[in-house]
Amino acid sequence: MSGIPALLALLAGISIFTGPVRAESLIISLSSPHVAITSTYIGTDLVIFGVIGRDQASATRSEHYDIVVSARGPRRHMVVREKASFGPFWVNQHDQKFTFVPVTMAVASNRPLDEITSPDMQSRYQLGLNSAIITKDRRDDHFAQALIRIKERDKLYDYLPHHVEFITPNVFKAVIPVPARAPIGLYDVEVALLSDSVRLASQSTHFEVIKIGFEQDVAEAARLHGWLYGFAALLMAGLFGWLATIIFRRD
Amino acid sequence: MMEFYLPIAELPVNIWLIVGMSAVVGFISGLFGVGGGFLITPLLIFLGIPPAVAVASVSTQIAASSLTALIAYWKRRALDIKLGMVLLSGSSIGTVGGVITFNALRRVGQLDLTIGVSYVLLLGSIGILMLYESLKAVRAGRSGIALKRSRIGNHPWYFGLPLRMRFPASGLYISAIPLLVMSLIIGFFGALLGIGGGFMIVPALIYLFRVPTMMVVGTSMFQILFSMSGATMLHATTNHSVDFVLALFLIVGGVFGAQFGARAGRHLKGEQFRLLLALIVLAVAFRFLGDLILKPEDVFSLSASVHTIAGAGQ
Repeated sequence: MSGIPALLALLAGISIFTGPVRAESLIISLSSPHVAITSTYIGTDLVIFGVIGRDQASATRSEHYDIVVSARGPRRHMVVREKASFGPFWVNQHDQKFTFVPVTMAVASNRPLDEITSPDMQSRYQLGLNSAIITKDRRDDHFAQALIRIKERDKLYDYLPHHVEFITPNVFKAVIPVPARAPIGLYDVEVALLSDSVRLASQSTHFEVIKIGFEQDVAEAARLHGWLYGFAALLMAGLFGWLATIIFRRD
Repeated sequence: MMEFYLPIAELPVNIWLIVGMSAVVGFISGLFGVGGGFLITPLLIFLGIPPAVAVASVSTQIAASSLTALIAYWKRRALDIKLGMVLLSGSSIGTVGGVITFNALRRVGQLDLTIGVSYVLLLGSIGILMLYESLKAVRAGRSGIALKRSRIGNHPWYFGLPLRMRFPASGLYISAIPLLVMSLIIGFFGALLGIGGGFMIVPALIYLFRVPTMMVVGTSMFQILFSMSGATMLHATTNHSVDFVLALFLIVGGVFGAQFGARAGRHLKGEQFRLLLALIVLAVAFRFLGDLILKPEDVFSLSASVHTIAGAGQ
């Protein structure tokens, strides 16, 4: 994705960046506010640029900055089921429901999360793939871990340490993958600035995954004109069924 | 790149993979007069297509391929429309019951198990029966002994139940009640398993009702064409899960495959035909049996919650 215009716009924005800030602040900009799904869509990357603003108090600080970018897709309720042997058969026996789980999630950082801050702080700051599951649903960690593992296997969840790159000590760039099976809807992007395992600032933005052109037309027709759509599908079926007999008529 | 993004299934698929797969299944479908749904639906779900979309789009494809095959059988007069109509009325009622059961099982989380066990039991028992019978027929044919043909006076008891009807095309004069009961049961399992049910109708007509083998396929196609057209409309108007593009790819592969299959079927002898179908049915049964008794790679599985969070489902 072309991130250069976004970067330029962002750098231009710094000059007018004034106001009463007490410590580090964060400005972020996404390469595009939407991802358009066309017939050839097989997944894409979005680029996020960010600038760390420092005031007099923090300017003298010489710590190392850490950035964690979390992109969360639309949320759905899900069920994790566990099979156990029942006689000779493997049968679903236990299950747990999870509410408002993001269908997709990508977590990018400049170095592994465990090096940035402790597991306790990670969960307090909602960093990492574990934050996909809200605490009240975490009765049995087995199921929560299975959910995240299955999501990672299906390439819907992605943990990307080293995917945030510092261009200068104060300017960074992160690449957020949008998977091929990303659902339509609004995605939240949250950027956290940390230093010495403490969060200094955070900022969020959104992007939207939408269908356009043919994909949108078909989806809308299916949703709004069910009868007509079904009839058209049958007409197509009939046409091809009949056409095949014409093409194959040799005798 | 031959990837195409499916607008309803909401994922990219490889066009050639889908077309090729449906051509192979279409060939089998045209050859045996089965819809082929019991083969292609599990394959699509395996590719990651949501089950609801797979079932709905396959029903559109089966409508197309059964029409192609039906035209071919129609031309050879290998079709009993009256018998087809009786079967259709029974299976329509069974379908409604199947859909209701499907939704209930999905809520309880035991749909996979039910589908697995049903496939194993249905396909396994039908496959073994057919294999046994056709091997006997093949062996008898080879040794030159003519098998005893069923004649009047040698009919099973259910032929003589009330509501007897004449089916001149098949040379039958039997009660409509067993036909309706059978098609109702088949309609029920067809809807429950997301398949047309042709693989059950064909052997049932041959073994239980002694419909001539060459009449069976066309008649089964007739019933399948109408029930799958109905299913397409039902899915399109209620859960909007028919994927036009997926159906198109499936149809292009399927109709041509079915056309070749119907031609190849002409050169097959009845007992060879039954032996081959038995082997295919058994192979699918074994696959499902394996899923049930082998330790799964991951004992955990993830699915969308059917209930809304307020528990307001239904």
